[in-house]
Amino acid sequence: MRCILRQRELVADPWRHLGEEAGDGDSLIVPFAQLRTDPQRWRTRSGPLGVRLAPADRAEELAAELPRLSLVAVEFPNPGDGRGYTTGRLLRERWRFAGELRAVGAGVRQDQVFLLARCGFDALELAEGEDPAAALRALQRYDVAYQPGAPGVALRRQRFFA
Amino acid sequence: MYRYDELDQAFVEQRVAEFRDQTRRYLAGELSEDQFRPLRLRNGLYIQRHAPMLRIAIPYGLLASHQLRRLADIARRYDRGYGHFTTRQNLQLNWPALADVPDILAELASVQMHAIQTSGNCVRNVTADHLAGIARDEVDDPRPYCELIRQWATLHPEFTYLPRKFKIAVTGSPEDRAASEVHDVGLHLVRGDDGALGFAVLVGGGLGRTPIIGTCIREFLPLSELFAYLEAILRVYNRFGRRDNIHKARIKILVKSLGAERFREQVEAEWEAGRESAPHPAAAEVERVRAFFRPQRYETLEDFDATAGRDSAFRAWYRYNTRPHRVPGYRAVFVSLKAHAAVPGDMSSAQMEAVAALAERVSFGLVRTTHTQNLLLADVRQRDLFDVWRELAALELATPNIGTLTDMIACPGLDFCSLANAGTIKVARQIQQRFDDLDYLYDLGEIELKMSGCMNACGHHHVGHIGVLGVDKHGEEWYQISLGGSANGRTALGEVIGPSVPQHEVAPAIERIVEVYRELREDGERFIDTLRRVGHDPFRERAYALHPAAA
Repeated sequence: MRCILRQRELVADPWRHLGEEAGDGDSLIVPFAQLRTDPQRWRTRSGPLGVRLAPADRAEELAAELPRLSLVAVEFPNPGDGRGYTTGRLLRERWRFAGELRAVGAGVRQDQVFLLARCGFDALELAEGEDPAAALRALQRYDVAYQPGAPGVALRRQRFFA
Repeated sequence: MYRYDELDQAFVEQRVAEFRDQTRRYLAGELSEDQFRPLRLRNGLYIQRHAPMLRIAIPYGLLASHQLRRLADIARRYDRGYGHFTTRQNLQLNWPALADVPDILAELASVQMHAIQTSGNCVRNVTADHLAGIARDEVDDPRPYCELIRQWATLHPEFTYLPRKFKIAVTGSPEDRAASEVHDVGLHLVRGDDGALGFAVLVGGGLGRTPIIGTCIREFLPLSELFAYLEAILRVYNRFGRRDNIHKARIKILVKSLGAERFREQVEAEWEAGRESAPHPAAAEVERVRAFFRPQRYETLEDFDATAGRDSAFRAWYRYNTRPHRVPGYRAVFVSLKAHAAVPGDMSSAQMEAVAALAERVSFGLVRTTHTQNLLLADVRQRDLFDVWRELAALELATPNIGTLTDMIACPGLDFCSLANAGTIKVARQIQQRFDDLDYLYDLGEIELKMSGCMNACGHHHVGHIGVLGVDKHGEEWYQISLGGSANGRTALGEVIGPSVPQHEVAPAIERIVEVYRELREDGERFIDTLRRVGHDPFRERAYALHPAAA
């Protein structure tokens, strides 16, 4: 069973990505491209539905679907591809997505998690080989920040709201 | 100048702790070279030809004397006793040991400095007019906004992994002394119709292998919207800038491919849509930062002729190396890092310490770095000028050549940089030797010579009146010469005049070019004005007249 960091705790992941073994009632994460090709197929499943956005997917095209979704996963294929940070903020701030916002991919490493949490990601599916304990510590590397941001890390001071 | 509060101090200390851990993991083999690279770059650390290079941020070019002294001390203890000031107003150390870098960063943090985001695909050190706050033509002091931008950009959660680097310059004067039109974003402080302050916003300028002059996408942006608008620009760039090709990843390529008008529409739409969530700094916060940049406690003095009764050497220095000041009785003094045998921009630890002490005595303890790779003492009483000159001369920092051909900009080139094709330092020396006669130099007047060792254009060759670019031809160093570039007032990109020339031919070709100017100039005309009036042809013909180069 896969473990993920969710809201600063290491927990067993109840979700399955499409392609992993899953029954009709299981929580399933489907690539956005699949959902667009055949929306009815996925909407009529009995289990909770999540969508996975690739870096080039336009988050605004998912906006209408958000109320039906329990989870959005955003791909970070490598640490240098920062498009997902914008996607995260847009989902949280502009479309008020309140479900689980998960970062997935080889780019989700301990040196990125502080920024991810600040952009609204409350769930981190770490890259293979990453130590969850180190990632948890990395969420607390800073206790101050200059910009406003999501409440995913504990900050004692921020600048722009001061 | 700005002083850290508890938040700033905690932040830089936590940053040092983070990098110490990252360095430890790298040295222990827990991070691969590829994984460590983006992390070290965001802390200013390159791996160069001979050793690591550490680029230390000097935000908008402002240094307190105790900071300069600490830089001197760091350069002496961790490096070889000197540093290199860059066109982005930063300081580079060429020989630190990788394992020492966390300690160096800790020392910087102890004097309210850092090396954060001086490299990597993120928002870089923000630069400003070196005459900010003292220029007579200034609309408003750009530095408080620079400081606010520095803070906003520092470890920005959304914009720390951009497609490519991102450079912002701010100027508060109509005369652009910050080369803002060749930045990713250039901000010009302006007054609106009702007298309120705001910014004109230019986007998509840049040098490198595709030089482009920035386009104004908003004539007037209210001050309070600065960060909302910058976030809109960066958001459009972060989402849609190219990531498949490093040479096409700067924002200028996106602006060019969309067209400035469509790019502007996207930014304005994003700005509008993001109004609620975009950051607006609290008014009290803006005031807190502004208060650090209030005018110095100037004495009430009158202007007087500091050169009266002085010899010609002092007069020459006064004329070339000092500038008018907004306040009567004061002048700004350039510390020339362009001595005739020196590497442009290099300064020894001993020189830094002496200038720090001098600044404490004569210029409110502050020193500025300029994008032309010199230092500036901004607030010197005119009655102190003679003594300041003597002291600087004893330090070999008074070469009276500011604004002349030998006040050239040059990147470190092949001697240090692993990207360079060409030994710019050697060529700089050849040019200095050929033009070592001051009277001849003065007769040539204002000429901006800018030299880069490769097409990344760190030496800004595209915007030099005379630009020199090192190119590699079958493993040999050759040099392309361009004419007609300019970065201030009327920004223009130079035009390559013909085939490249071998290293030993650069200085002679430049001499032939300026000889054409001496023959064709009209009364009081500068080199660039003659060039614009008569065109490139006469210069081109003569440049190759004696030694036709192989194509």
